[in-house]
Amino acid sequence: MRGRASEEECAVTPGSSFNGCVNNNLKENIMRRSPALRRIIPAIAVGALVLAACGSDDDGDSADDTSAPAATEAPADTAGEASGAVDCGATIDDGVLTIATGEPAFYPWVIDDAPETGEGFEAAVALAVAAEMGYEGDAVVWTRTTFDEAIQPGAKSFDMNLQQYSITEERRENIDFSLPYFTSNQAIVALEGSAAEGATTIADLKDVKFGAQVGTTSLAFITEVIQPNEEPFVYDDNVGAKAALEANQIDAAVFDLPTALYVSGVEIEGSAVIGQFPADAGGTTDQFGFVLEKGSALTSCVDAAITTLTENGELEAITQEWLSDFTGAPVITVE
Amino acid sequence: MSDRPTRRERYERARRRRSVVVATVSTVVVVGALIILIPLTPGWERVRQAFFDGDVFVETFPGLVEAFWLDVKILLWATPFILLVSLLVALARNTRSPALFPLRAFAVIYTDVLRGIPVILLVFLIGFGVPALGLSREWANPVIWGTVTLVLSYSAYTAEIIRSGIDAVHESQRAGARSLGMTSSQTMRSIVLPQAFRKIVPPMMNTFVSLQKDVALVSLIGPVEILRQAGIDKATYANFTPYVAASLIFLAVTIPCTRLADWLLARQRARTGATTIA
Repeated sequence: MRGRASEEECAVTPGSSFNGCVNNNLKENIMRRSPALRRIIPAIAVGALVLAACGSDDDGDSADDTSAPAATEAPADTAGEASGAVDCGATIDDGVLTIATGEPAFYPWVIDDAPETGEGFEAAVALAVAAEMGYEGDAVVWTRTTFDEAIQPGAKSFDMNLQQYSITEERRENIDFSLPYFTSNQAIVALEGSAAEGATTIADLKDVKFGAQVGTTSLAFITEVIQPNEEPFVYDDNVGAKAALEANQIDAAVFDLPTALYVSGVEIEGSAVIGQFPADAGGTTDQFGFVLEKGSALTSCVDAAITTLTENGELEAITQEWLSDFTGAPVITVE
Repeated sequence: MSDRPTRRERYERARRRRSVVVATVSTVVVVGALIILIPLTPGWERVRQAFFDGDVFVETFPGLVEAFWLDVKILLWATPFILLVSLLVALARNTRSPALFPLRAFAVIYTDVLRGIPVILLVFLIGFGVPALGLSREWANPVIWGTVTLVLSYSAYTAEIIRSGIDAVHESQRAGARSLGMTSSQTMRSIVLPQAFRKIVPPMMNTFVSLQKDVALVSLIGPVEILRQAGIDKATYANFTPYVAASLIFLAVTIPCTRLADWLLARQRARTGATTIA
């Protein structure tokens, strides 16, 4: 259940406030979950997974298996080994693919912070890739890491990690990236009456005071492409940027477009996405890829899976399903 | 008097020479073992790459030094205000007139509350909260409110240090001054405070060193100072070397301060006649 408004309500007429529609969808999505539930669900899900993983040890007795249809044909772990593990090289836990994401994982990348359900763009992509690699049902285990944990030296706690990691050459020095599964563009969020409102070209944004989240390509986009006269402020997370907008410390914040729509629709009351940039603005495209340990034997296998999903149109279908609302903000040209 | 050293002097010189040799040998052994053993660990190559990458160091160092200038500016603004506010709070707490009870109560609450809240929370509360009341862009600047936060928090700490210094001046000093006809405030100004300040120089230096590092917390509300710049560089290169570079820049400032604090402490011990027993 995703609690979306109907297509008609959502239709975007050019020039209209497309945001209102997104607002409703998003708010519905958010309000559905109580804070307590949000905390409990992942715990239950992880607990269930652990139990399920233990349970599958006793020779394929699938009595406790309600979700995975594959389990009726074969024990989940042997299914994983048969088609996936053999081809791809060893995973950190034998026969199980461990996928990591952020804590918490945000809409629309993961719905309700429960990637196990496959709800949300990244959750769906991860499960589709895992399925291509031969890991389904109980053979997929989710874990959580921070950005730093994913790039620090030493043994990894995951086989692959996805939390909107932009693929850059500098980062490739320390970690492996898969092929991209999403190409993002940057967008501007501002409160009503902001100095950034009505901008149509980069030149209109020179005197705007910007904010962005640390470690994002949005920040690099501000300093390298927009090049405003005043240095941008930098925050640990969206919440900091939100507080700064409300405290009149910045005029506008830059996020990747899906995050921008989430932030403006759900997190910052009275704000809107006042513009988006072309995906190739500034000569670089921002592409998201899975992070794997440097030199991981799985990388080529993940690449193969993403290639297959791209070619057979499944990746496009997943993108349409989870990110289709995210179009329509006015485009700001670079020149 | 002959120039020849006495037997005792010869003996002491020999002892000194012996301890220098022992210290040198043990230092060489320990440092040598570290230099040889650490690279033998299986993960060393990865750690070296992730924390001590020469190219990343060279790329990021100038930007970090530039960002550190903001830390220095905040520190220089905050320090005099901290001294002023903490002195006022300490004096308020040391008043004795019954009519001034509300002042004493305020001083107690001030130190209790501001010392009790982690600086990091105060930074968010004041840095985002106060400007959100509707200040103009100029006055909403997070550098201002970050500095104010440091002043409030650190003055609560230093007020306690100053108070302990005042309390450490023996009551007879006060009594003596009053019996000579000095007023209460004269006594405080020319008898108690000068002695108190001499006693608290070392702990004050300690707090100052701590403040130098906590300035980085201002970055949480937006301004790009050295720690934030290092975080940005870290994310850009997926490499922790910028943190190592930032640590070195911090050390370049904090080590002279700690040495100075040690020296002041040693001087005070010598002056007050405390003996050092090895």
